[in-house]
Formats: sequence, C-alpha cells, structure tokens
Amino acid sequence: MESLNCEVLGTRAVNQRLRALADGEEAQLLHPRGRHNLAVGLSAPVRIGIEGNAGYFVGGLGGGPDGTGPEIVVNGFVGWAVGENLMGGSIRVRGSASQSAGSSARGGTIVIEGDASLRAGISLKGATLAIGGNAGAMSGFMAQSGVILIGGNAGGGLGDSLYEAVIYVAGSIDSLGADAEITEMSDEDILAVKELVSETGFDHIDPTRVTKVTSARQLYHFSTHNHGAY
Amino acid sequence: MPGAVRTANGCRLCTRGAGFEGRAEGRYGMCGVIGLLIRDRDLQPQLGAMLVSMIEALDERGPDSSGIAVYADHRSGGVGDTPRVQVSLGSDEAVDWGNLAGALAKQFADGADAHPFGAGLVVEVSPDQQRSLTEFIRDGWPGVRVLATGLDLRVLKDTGRPSDTCARFGVTHWEGYLAVAHTRMATESAVTVLHSHPFVPAGDLCVVHNGSFSNYATVRRSLMATGVQFDSDNDSEVAARYLARRLEQGDDLEEATRWVMKEMDGFFTLVISTAGELSVVRDAFACKPAVVAETGDYVAVASEYRALAELPGIATANVFEPRPEEVYTWSR
Repeated sequence: MESLNCEVLGTRAVNQRLRALADGEEAQLLHPRGRHNLAVGLSAPVRIGIEGNAGYFVGGLGGGPDGTGPEIVVNGFVGWAVGENLMGGSIRVRGSASQSAGSSARGGTIVIEGDASLRAGISLKGATLAIGGNAGAMSGFMAQSGVILIGGNAGGGLGDSLYEAVIYVAGSIDSLGADAEITEMSDEDILAVKELVSETGFDHIDPTRVTKVTSARQLYHFSTHNHGAY
Repeated sequence: MPGAVRTANGCRLCTRGAGFEGRAEGRYGMCGVIGLLIRDRDLQPQLGAMLVSMIEALDERGPDSSGIAVYADHRSGGVGDTPRVQVSLGSDEAVDWGNLAGALAKQFADGADAHPFGAGLVVEVSPDQQRSLTEFIRDGWPGVRVLATGLDLRVLKDTGRPSDTCARFGVTHWEGYLAVAHTRMATESAVTVLHSHPFVPAGDLCVVHNGSFSNYATVRRSLMATGVQFDSDNDSEVAARYLARRLEQGDDLEEATRWVMKEMDGFFTLVISTAGELSVVRDAFACKPAVVAETGDYVAVASEYRALAELPGIATANVFEPRPEEVYTWSR
C-alpha cells in the first residue's frame, strides 16, 4: 500500500500519484488537514484511505459511466461538496460532512456516517447518498434522480423542487420544500431501504418506519400561475 | 473587466452566461474571514503565530488585500493609568509616515506617541486629544485616514497577498487576547488599503465580511441622512456602520447583529468583535462558509477548516459549523 503525505507532496502531486495506481491497488493519504480536492477524478477501481479531516470536493468526479470507480474512505470529517459529480465507486465519510454533500452526483454511493449540513444531495442526478445522522436544511433541492437516505432528522425545506429522486427519512422532517410531498412506502421501498441499511451498516434505521418524500410534480415546468408556490 | 461578473464582495469570476451567475456567487465567491479569541492568558504571546497560520491557509481565498485587527491590554500601560486611545492610520497614497510622526510630536507636545504599525502608524493619545488628532490629520494630511480607534485595538491593512503582509510586518510576533482578520478577493469595489476589511465604525468595534449585500446603497442613504459618515463605497462598510448605529442606540451586540440580519439583504458570514467579545453570524441560506473550533483555551472562527488545522489542540477541539441566522457570541 502506498502512503502519501499530503503536506510534503501537495494536492496536485498526491492526485497524480493516485491516478498512477493500478486497478485494485491501495493508497493512504496522511495529514490531509482540511485540504481541498483530494482524490478527485479517479476512474480506476482503487482503494483510498484519507486519514484525517479533508476539505472540499473529496472524491469528486470519480468513477466511470458504468458505475465502477474508486473506493474512498475518509477517517475524519469533510468540507463542502464531497463526491460532487461522482459517476461511480463509493465514498464513505466516517465523520460528518459540510454543505452540498453529493451535489450533482450521477452514480456510485456516498455514505456519511455522521451528519450532513445544508443542501445535501442538491441536484442529485442518479447516485445514492446515505446519511447516518441528520441532514441540514434544503437537502435534496432539485434532485433529479437517485436516492437519499437520511438516518436522522431532516432540516427545513426538504426536497424543494424535487424531480424524480426519492428521499427516505428515518427521523423527523422540519418542513417540506415546495412541490415535495410525503408518499406511502410500498413493499419495494421497504426492500430498497433494507438493502441500503445492509450496504451502509446503518442498523439504527428501521426500514418499516421510514418516511418517503417524492415530487408532487406540480412545478416541473415554470408557469406564472404557480408563482405563489415557489 | 470584460467577461467578468461583479458578485460577492470581492470575486472576479468568469461567467458563462447569466444562468451561471447565481451559482457562482453562492458557491465560489470568496474572501476569508477569521476570528480568534484567546481565553488562556498564557496563550496570548502566541496569538500572532496562531493568527498567521490561519491567514496563510486563507491566502488564496483573498489574494487582493488583507486587514488584521489585534486587541491587547494596552490600558494598563497608560501614563498615570489613564487609558490612551490607539488610533491606527493608513492611506491609499504613498505617505512619509516618519514625517507625519514628527509633525504629531511637535503638535501634541504633551504626548501623542506614534509608532510604525503595518503599512501605516498607530498613534496613542489621551481620549480628550482624540478629536484634535483626527482634525489635525484631516486638515493637514488629506490622504491619510483613520483605520481604527480603540483602547485595545490596532488595525493593519495592506494590499497584496495576505501571507506576504504577515511576513513583512512580523504579525507572527504579535501578542494579544483577540484578533480578527480578512483576506479579500474584491468584486464590488476597488482593491485599495481603504477598501480592505476590517471596518471599524466605532471604538474597539471590528467587522469583517465574506459575501455581498444587495440593498447596501439604500441602507447607506438612510444612514447618511442621519449624519453617518462613510470612508468607502464598500458594501461591508454599510453593514458595519449600521451595526454601530444600533449599538449606539443601546442594543447589545447580539441584538444589533440581529438587526443587521433583518435590514441587510444578501449573503454573508460576518465576524464581529468588540473589546472582549467575538461574534459570528451567517445568512439564512448559509451561502458563505464558516467553521468554529472551541477549546478551553481559545475560540477560533474561520471560513474553512484548513485555517484551523494548525491550531494547538485542534484534534480535541469542539469543531462545528455555525447554523444559519444564529448569532454566536463568545466573551473573554
């Protein structure tokens, strides 16, 4: 396993070394100290451990269109937009995540073991975002496709202007955003949550006691008649 | 600048069309804000070193200019225990500061001690001399401005990379109990010393801002109508002077900050300090970042965690993000 000291090498060199890894190889990043852009743009199925707190865009743009990609684990917390635009592979954050976790991610799985701050899963485009703890306000904003699982409580304005992404919340919801509604859990939903629970290890979530939030599909297209709803 | 949009208080951003502008402003508009309150007296000599590690980490968020404010217990050093006012001076022009110091010594024979401080001067005077000092400077040295006044406060502002400014003026050796700093990426007004934060609208009161206010011209007009004077056309200065006006009217810092939230429309993380208090507040959408690290020895606020990463005891500090529209205030 390759061990890379972020402070000695700098972000660019670290990312170049990670890109040079062969399929299945493993690397460990030391002393990240809140550095941004670590392990971004990796397409190979490699395994990366980030040993400490990282900054913005961790693992962003990773993976390929077939859904495969690197497996990244952060032993710490992360800044804004972890896994932004992820295509495949997985990112697991052992701590909490700041704003916009998984923004615009198209594929792969992002797991936040702690809390996620505001706008988690904003504009999600197909990836799975699983949050063990609470999610901040405006999470799931304009999410188009994919799944958001929230193991704790959701902040205000959940799922505002949702398209076809599905949000499951185990705890309470402060308020729903415009055009988001609570819909009944089907057997398929319970099964989907069960699978997510076993994949993430979020055993505190009871798949039969989860609230499902989807789009009411009233605001898909802008109309001046809907002005009051925005 | 062609091809650029003017957005957050500092950012030159390339734009790919109007649709991108809002997103650019919300997410990439930069500037770095810093606050550091020392609780453990023994740590006061390390204030400068801690502060420099924070400023260096936020250098790239604001490479245009910087401003650094430090509060130290100067009061006890006053002649006959009379508190003396620290008046920090700066300018956008080339000033012969030695010449000014000499002129001040001549004019205020019974004591106006001028010391080089940062790119300008700090002049110590007795409180009853403060007015004649500012008048003397206004009448005889039109390019020179008062950057700050306060019993404990001194302020340095300069253009150029903040890390260079720290190195040039030996900020790492500074001592004190509280500091705020700002690294600026200018968008909304010019890059000059006088446009740099912090803004000091009243004695010992500092405001630094990351973000942008949209209704600042309106608020400025109404403040000017009541006699408030401005040093620049900067949007953040309006928030600072509005805050000072509220404090003057009897609000405490928390109330005054709530009024800023109510009256000023825009995106902001504001770090505010008085002699003995440090405060942080974010707009309703938390458009601008902020992270706090709290230990028994200090409270540190910064735009990003990497600015906190070098602080002593950070591994065991309570690190959290301030919630939107919640006023956090810490006292000495």
